[in-house]
Amino acid sequence: MNVAIIQFPGTNCDMDTYRVFNDYLEIDVTLFWHENTDNLEKYDAIILPGGFSYGDRLRAGIIAAYSPVIKQLKKISLKGKPIIGICNGFQILVESGLLPGALLTNSNLKFICKWVNLKVEHNNLFTNSLQSGSVIHMPIAHNEGRYYVSDDKLQELERNNQIILRYSDSDGNTSMDNNPNGSISNIAAVSNANGNVLGMMPHPERASDPLLSPYSTNNGIEIFRSMILSLEVMLKE
Amino acid sequence: MSTIESIDHSLTDNELEYIEKSLNRKPNNVELSMIDAQWSEHCSYKSSKSLLKLLPTKGKRVLFGPGYEAGVLDVDNGQVLTMHIESHNHPSAIDPYGGAATGVGGVLRDILSIGTRPIAVLDSLRFGNLSNPNNRWLLQNVVRGIADYGNCVGIPTIGGELSFDSCFDTNCLVDVVSIGVGKKKQLIFSEAKNVGDILVLLGNSTGRDGIHGSSFASKDLEDIPTDRSAVQIPDPFIKKLIIEGTMDALDAGLVSGLKDLGGGGLACCLSEVSDMGKTGVEVDLGKIHLRESGMEPYEILISESQERMLFIINPDNLDTISKCFDKYNLQYSIIGKVTGTKHVVIINNGDMIVDLPTELIANAPLINWPKTKPKHLDSKSVSKPELPVDINETLLKVLSSPNLADKSWVFQQYDHEVGTNTIVKPGESGASVIRIAPEKFIAISVDGNPSHCYLDPYNGAAGVVAEAMRNVISVGAEPIAMLDHLQFGNPSNSDVFWTFNETIKSISDFCSYIGIPCVGGKVSFYNEDAKTHKAIKPSPVISVAGLIKGEHNLRTRKLHSSRPLIVMVGETFDELGGSEYYSSIGHSQDGIVPQLNFELEKRAQKLVRDCIKVGLFGAVNDCSKGGLIHSLLQMCTISDMGASIDLSNIPSNCKRWDELLFSESHSRFITTIKKENFTNLLNISRNHDIPVSIIGSIGGHNLQVYNKDDNLFSYDLDYIRSYAYDSLSKFMGGQL
Repeated sequence: MNVAIIQFPGTNCDMDTYRVFNDYLEIDVTLFWHENTDNLEKYDAIILPGGFSYGDRLRAGIIAAYSPVIKQLKKISLKGKPIIGICNGFQILVESGLLPGALLTNSNLKFICKWVNLKVEHNNLFTNSLQSGSVIHMPIAHNEGRYYVSDDKLQELERNNQIILRYSDSDGNTSMDNNPNGSISNIAAVSNANGNVLGMMPHPERASDPLLSPYSTNNGIEIFRSMILSLEVMLKE
Repeated sequence: MSTIESIDHSLTDNELEYIEKSLNRKPNNVELSMIDAQWSEHCSYKSSKSLLKLLPTKGKRVLFGPGYEAGVLDVDNGQVLTMHIESHNHPSAIDPYGGAATGVGGVLRDILSIGTRPIAVLDSLRFGNLSNPNNRWLLQNVVRGIADYGNCVGIPTIGGELSFDSCFDTNCLVDVVSIGVGKKKQLIFSEAKNVGDILVLLGNSTGRDGIHGSSFASKDLEDIPTDRSAVQIPDPFIKKLIIEGTMDALDAGLVSGLKDLGGGGLACCLSEVSDMGKTGVEVDLGKIHLRESGMEPYEILISESQERMLFIINPDNLDTISKCFDKYNLQYSIIGKVTGTKHVVIINNGDMIVDLPTELIANAPLINWPKTKPKHLDSKSVSKPELPVDINETLLKVLSSPNLADKSWVFQQYDHEVGTNTIVKPGESGASVIRIAPEKFIAISVDGNPSHCYLDPYNGAAGVVAEAMRNVISVGAEPIAMLDHLQFGNPSNSDVFWTFNETIKSISDFCSYIGIPCVGGKVSFYNEDAKTHKAIKPSPVISVAGLIKGEHNLRTRKLHSSRPLIVMVGETFDELGGSEYYSSIGHSQDGIVPQLNFELEKRAQKLVRDCIKVGLFGAVNDCSKGGLIHSLLQMCTISDMGASIDLSNIPSNCKRWDELLFSESHSRFITTIKKENFTNLLNISRNHDIPVSIIGSIGGHNLQVYNKDDNLFSYDLDYIRSYAYDSLSKFMGGQL
C-alpha cells in the first residue's frame, strides 16, 4: 500500500501528515509535488493536506484546483480510490467540483484555531474505526471553513449519508452554540455521493498524538486508520 | 532630517565631517544614502553598542551570541536552537496590518539566515488604552497581520503577551520572537568570505516600499501619512517558498554565505557581509530584478522590499543551487561578486557610482549621550488606597483589566498547532513548549512590565528577566538563554538615556548573578510622541528559552484532582507600586514596586526545578502580574475547576487582605501537591531556605477566598469569566 500526499506551493501541513503515515501508522507514503508528471494512479490513496496553496490568492483553493494534478485526481476518484482533503485540501476539492458545496469566510470574519468536539455522524470508509454517534476531538485552524450548500443539496447529503462529522458539544449536541464557524447544519466533514472522497475542515493529523491533545486523545489517527483498513479489504478483493 | 544636494538623510554634521575626513573627499548622494541607512540607530546601534557590552553572553550551550543573525545554542546530539527578537513599532503604528506582518517576516529571515528552519513565533504587544477606538483598530489589525503572515507561512505562533497603558497611545510596540532548529554542522553565516564567489539575490523584486524604513524607525514618529511608503509590503506566500527553497539549497551544502535583506535593504546587507567576511563586494544595479521602472540607484539600494535573501556561492555551484529555486518558481538574479578590495562598489550603467570602504560603512561612530536621573524617581510617595468596601466589585474590576484578561481572542486567530509540535499551548502556562525531537522540548516565554520599569528601572528590568525565567521553569524547563529587547524614548533625552543605562546595568547584573547568557537582542529608541516629546514608559521585553528533557518533566498550570493541595512558594511583600490592582482602582501610579532579591529568586527557582524533577509538583504557575488571585484564576479557568484558599496561610509581612491578594512580589510560584507529600516538601524548602505553605485546595466550580474565618468572596468560574475575564473579547466586539 502506498499513500501519496500532494504538495502545492504554499501547502504547509504536508510534513505533519507525512509523519502520521510514516511514523505512527508505518505506511509507505510519498510526497508528490503537484508538477510531478508521474502517474498518480499507482498510489492507493491520495491526501490533499492543509495550508495556503498559492497563498489563498483569488480564493482559498481555487488556483490549486486548476493544477494538472487535479485532472489526474478526478480520474482516480472515479475508480473509487480514497481521497481526503483536509482544510485547504477540502477547499481545493470543493473548488474542483470533487465535493459539493462551498467554503465561505467564518461567520466571525476571523481565523479560528481551536480544539473542537465533533460528532461522528456516519460510518464509512474513513470512519469505520470510530463509533457512529460518538464525540471526538480535533483542532480546526481556518479562515474559510463555513460550509454551505443549498437546502435541496443539504437534504440530498443527509439522505445519502454524506455528512460525516458535525461540530457538537461534548455530549454530541449539534446546536449553533457549538458551531465555531457558522457552517450550515454544523457540517465539519462531507463525502461525495460515492463515499470515497472526504473533505474535512478539522485536522486529523494534528490529533494523532495524545501529547498534542488537551484531552490526551488521538482520535484523528482513526480517520487515517479507517481508510487503511478499508483499503486493505479493497486491495484483497 | 536635513537635506544636502536634495538627498534626504539623518546624518549629523559631525558624522558628515567624519565621512569626508575618512574618504578624503565628499561622498556623493548615493553613497550618503547608503551610509545614512547603515548608520541609522536601527542598524548601527550607535547609541547603545558600548552599553550592550555589559551583558553576559557566554554560557555552556552558547555557540554564537549577539552580533550574529540569531543566537545559537547547542541543544545536544548535533542539534542547535536559534532565537531572535525584532520589533516593528513605527511601521505598525501607521500601518498595523503590514507593519506587524513584516515584523514577523523579518525575524523569520534572521532565523533562516543562520541556516536553521524557523519553528515558532511569539509576540509581545503593547497598545494604549482600549477605550480609545484607534487603539482597538491598531490591536485588531496588528493581530490580523501577525495571524495572516504566520498562518500562511505555516509557522505556529505559539504564545506571547499583550498589555495596555496610555503611554503607548501614540507608539504601540510590536515585538516578535522567533526560534528555529537546525544541525550544528549546517550553520551558515552572513559573510562574503571567498573572493570570486557570486552574489545571488533571491525572492521578491525590489520596489519602492520601505524606502528609508530604518531611518524612519530611528526618529520620532511624525507626519504619519507621508511616511506610509516607509512601511514594507508583506508576502507570506513568497516567504514560504523562500524558506523551502533556502532549506533545499542549504541541504545541498553548497552555500558559502547567506544574509537576509531587512532594515537598510541591500545597502546594509552588502556592507555587513563584506565586513564580516573581511572582503569587498561589487554589485551591478542593472542586474537586480525590479518591481517598477525609473527607480533611482539610491532607492534600489535602500529599498526594504520584503521576502529577499542574498546567497553568496561559488559560481560552480550555481546550477545546483538554482534548481532549488526553480522548483518553487522563485525569481533570482546574479547581482555581483565578492572582491578582495575591502570596498563596497556599486556599478550603474557601467559607471562606478559607489566606492566606499567597508570598514567605514559598517562602523558608525558611537555616541555617548548625557544621562540624568529622572526626577520622578526621587519622589516616592507611599500613599495607600483605602481598604475596599465592596470586595466583590473591586475584585471584578481588577480581573476585568484587559491586561489580566483571557487572551484567547488573540491567540485563537493564530495557527498555534501547525507543525504538530506545540505541546504547551498559549493560555496553558506563562511559557509555551514546542517539541524539537522525541522527548526533547523547548520552553519559551516573553515578558515585560512597563509600570514597574517606569517607577523603578533597576528592579523593574531585572524583575522582567526573573519573571520570564519563572515562566519557563513553570513548564518544567531549565533556562538556557535569553534575548532582550530594549524599547525607549529619544536617547538624546538625558532622562531616557539614564534609564536605558540603568536598565542594561540591572539586566546584566541579574543575568550574571543567576547565570543566564544573553544571546541576542534589539534596541528600539525614539518611541515617543512627536508633538509632546513624551516618551513611552521604559519597556524592556525579555524572552527566555529553556530546555526540557523527558515528557514526565512537562508541566502546565492545569489543575488535576490527583494533586489537590495548593501550595504557595515564596514570600509575599507589601510592595504594590505599579501593580494592576492600583491602576485598576485608579490609585496613583507610584509607591514601591516589587524588589528583586537576587539570592531569594535563585533559591526559589532552584526549589521549583528540584520539586518538578522529583515529581512533587503537579500544576505550576508563576505568581506575578495581578498577584495571587490572577495566577489562581488562570489555573482554575484553564482547568474548569474551582479552588478555595485562605489568605491567612500566606507567608507575608502584609497586613491587609487586598495586599495579599494583589501583591506582585517576585520569587513566588503557585503549585499543587499530593496531601502525603507536604512533609517531604517542607524538608526540601528548609534546605533551599524558601518558605512554602499550603494555602488551600482545589475542587468544585467556585473560586473562594477566606481570610481566616472571613469568607471574603466566592464566585462561580463562569460568572467571573462572563463579568471579568472575557473583557478583552468584549472590548474587541464579542464573538470569538
